[in-house]
Amino acid sequence: MRLELVKRPQRSVLFSALSPFIAFALTVVAGAILFALLGINPLTAFYTYFISPITEVWQLHELAIKAAPLILIAVGLSVCFRSNIWNIGAEGQFVFGAIVGSVIPVLYPDMQGPFVLPLMLVMGMIGGAVYAAIPAFLKTRFNTNEILTSLMLVYVAQLFLDWLVRGPWRDPKGFNFPQTVQFNPSAVLPELMPMSGRANLGFVFALVAAVLIWILMSRMLKGFEIRVLGSSPRAGRFAGFSFNRMVFFAFMLSGALAGLAGISEVSGAIGQLQPSISPGYGFTAIIVAFLGRLNPLGIVAAGLVLGLTYLGGEAAQSVLGISDKVARVFQGMLLFFVLGCDTLIHYRIRLVGLAPTPKLETAPKLEEAH
Amino acid sequence: MGGTVSAQEGAANLLEVRGLTKIFGSLTACDHIDLAIKKGEIHALLGENGAGKSTLVKMLFGSLEPHSGEILWNGQAVRMTSPSVAKKLGIGMVFQHFSLFEALTAAENIALSLDDGAPIGTIAAKARALSYSYGLPLDPESLVGDLSVGERQRIEIIRCLLQAPELIILDEPTSVLTPQEADKLFETLERLRAEGKSILYISHRLEEVKRLCDRATVLRHGKVVGHCNPREETAASLARMMVGNEVKSAERTPIKLDGAQELLSVCGLSRKPAGPFSTPLKNIWLSVKAGEILGIAGVAGNGQGELFEALSGEVQQASGDAVRIRGKDAGKLDITGRRLLGAAFVPEERLGHGAAPRMKLSENLLLSRYATDGKAFVGSAGMVRNGAVYEAAQRIIKAMDVRKSAPDPEAAALSGGNLQKFIVGRELDRQPTVMVVNQPTWGVDAGASAHIRQALIELARSGSAVLVISQDLDELFEISDAIAVMHNGELSKPIPIAEATFEKIGLLMGGSEPGHVDHKLETA
Repeated sequence: MRLELVKRPQRSVLFSALSPFIAFALTVVAGAILFALLGINPLTAFYTYFISPITEVWQLHELAIKAAPLILIAVGLSVCFRSNIWNIGAEGQFVFGAIVGSVIPVLYPDMQGPFVLPLMLVMGMIGGAVYAAIPAFLKTRFNTNEILTSLMLVYVAQLFLDWLVRGPWRDPKGFNFPQTVQFNPSAVLPELMPMSGRANLGFVFALVAAVLIWILMSRMLKGFEIRVLGSSPRAGRFAGFSFNRMVFFAFMLSGALAGLAGISEVSGAIGQLQPSISPGYGFTAIIVAFLGRLNPLGIVAAGLVLGLTYLGGEAAQSVLGISDKVARVFQGMLLFFVLGCDTLIHYRIRLVGLAPTPKLETAPKLEEAH
Repeated sequence: MGGTVSAQEGAANLLEVRGLTKIFGSLTACDHIDLAIKKGEIHALLGENGAGKSTLVKMLFGSLEPHSGEILWNGQAVRMTSPSVAKKLGIGMVFQHFSLFEALTAAENIALSLDDGAPIGTIAAKARALSYSYGLPLDPESLVGDLSVGERQRIEIIRCLLQAPELIILDEPTSVLTPQEADKLFETLERLRAEGKSILYISHRLEEVKRLCDRATVLRHGKVVGHCNPREETAASLARMMVGNEVKSAERTPIKLDGAQELLSVCGLSRKPAGPFSTPLKNIWLSVKAGEILGIAGVAGNGQGELFEALSGEVQQASGDAVRIRGKDAGKLDITGRRLLGAAFVPEERLGHGAAPRMKLSENLLLSRYATDGKAFVGSAGMVRNGAVYEAAQRIIKAMDVRKSAPDPEAAALSGGNLQKFIVGRELDRQPTVMVVNQPTWGVDAGASAHIRQALIELARSGSAVLVISQDLDELFEISDAIAVMHNGELSKPIPIAEATFEKIGLLMGGSEPGHVDHKLETA
């Protein structure tokens, strides 16, 4: 017996909807095996991991805080990935946006008023977009591989932030801790419902961005351009669309959203700059984008699921005493299974006996009837 | 069917096929095919695109396994499990699309397909000797990338002959040749027949088949519709068997072009080759007037694709007046700018160039029309009016009789001919002033071809300029008012259709005609 993949004549609508759920189920099964091997009852583990972090209202606020940057970054990445441009450096654009957006509260803490926060957000978006324009420029000018350049720029941004908070931007009254001054109140993102929890405006930004990008992709000419260039570049050129301009558009749009996520995180959840401001949101957002099928509305749901793995990781650390790196393992397995299950959209699986009878058709994989 | 065959019949037939069937999903590509090829005959396999010719041949050559049915070789039942089994039996194949490495020499390409491990020098010597003895001279040391299409085909044929096959299968061999080159090939095939070899000759060119072949088997929709002696049939009767009903050819009314406005003109267009194996364009001049169809003939790969890209604006020119549309300089405009001047373009490749395969027909309509029909299709703030686009797509589908399985299917779900009808219809629908078409009916069945050709003629007669690039000479003679020939990146002077003959055009396609040289001197 062996398995064989047979190409479907058309993409399967059923499996493009089911694939994320199958992937999630497989992740749970693999996770159960993992927990069993660690000597922990899988049921307890899953309760701790996926249920206990959302049993109280304040915990839902925490979930919104974790999900907001994931959704914001992932909807931007979905535009990149749909246009077949591979921005892997959202983490760096997140950090750089946070740095540029923090210029006012760190260097000019006396500047106060209602205009400060909007200005910070805009500067954060510009920072992310400009940082994302670097790999776009390198790709269009020198034909470099954007996967490598955008990824390497992540480390540049992280080390730049590290140097800033240990050096020129360090709070002089901060007992030598590597962090900036606390942002003053007019530079802090307001909380949505301060009575019940910490969730801030960042989650609203995420939802608005998802809806806007959804309209862009499904209803607007620009979205059509993105899809044409992503699926068949030569037809896109025939249509008169420019791939080079698209590289800049996709990178700068996703960079701006990552930058917005960065400054929102710093001004909302953290309140100052410190050496590490992200538990890998920019990378996890790649998983969110694919789990959401590159559809902005699907990404909202996927962002909540992945946000939960962060909370579950923290809970598992305190309750079960296992490393919070388990969260990363879960995320990795999820991406692995999502990409694996996507095969089912274009192929079906069938079992083939070892000794096919001579008259049986052996499936031609790439052969097409003429 | 009886299980036994009489001994005499079995001996006369080199290859016999009984009840051969191949099913792909829900499509029966070959349905109980019976076929017998005698020793020393040239047997034609006729049929339209999609009739099942290629599938049948792939089963004979072992690259596809049949669903049911049997293949007899010299009266013995055999199973063709792979091409190497077929080769060992003595079947050789020359494919329509060559499988040669451009960066290797002819001898190296031949060595790759032989598995006897002979040194390259021996192979080269053998190939050279064989090629001269069959009148197909070939230099084994030359790089394939530098060779013409006709020469590449020689490599394929020599490679096949070196294995001393009893049966040679040729798939559409003349589709890439000039008429003179084709004549050469026929002589070689007749010699092979005289030596007692059998040839299975696949073609849809009926005149060739009548001239060359001893017997013919006609396929339609995967079934054998008849065996006949092509010499006793007329081209029309063979076409009827292939298509199933009468095929009417396009009607072209003569036109006087004196004083007509020049709508498309190209003045001294040159272009450097984009890659090591692409053709440069050398000082091209042409002009198409209102009401005229200018045909551009030429063997594939002589710069037609490069010319199309330069005309469409996918590649722009350094000077604005190199390409003029409706009297306005268009050389520095991109494809959208040229469309806005009234030009429309249909590229050679349908899937992936003219249409995005995984997009719906309505989206593919938007692909080339979003700018020219901006008001109708795109609303305020860049929102697409999906309803208007859908309706326009349905209008085109109806006007061009596009057959499809869903109201608005993906482009890749359509057959080649139906997609081509849609792509041509998409451009005709906006009544372009200038239309440039590359291979309008390549791989399109006879009925659809006639429809497309008639539509192009009507467009021209309504006052537009039409430029048709085609490898199909019959097509160009059917629709053009004048024919120019591309050879090696140069374009000959147009020959008015009244003076054009197959022989004249054929000589120009081969690159040897005094008029051609004159033209070069005149513009230098």
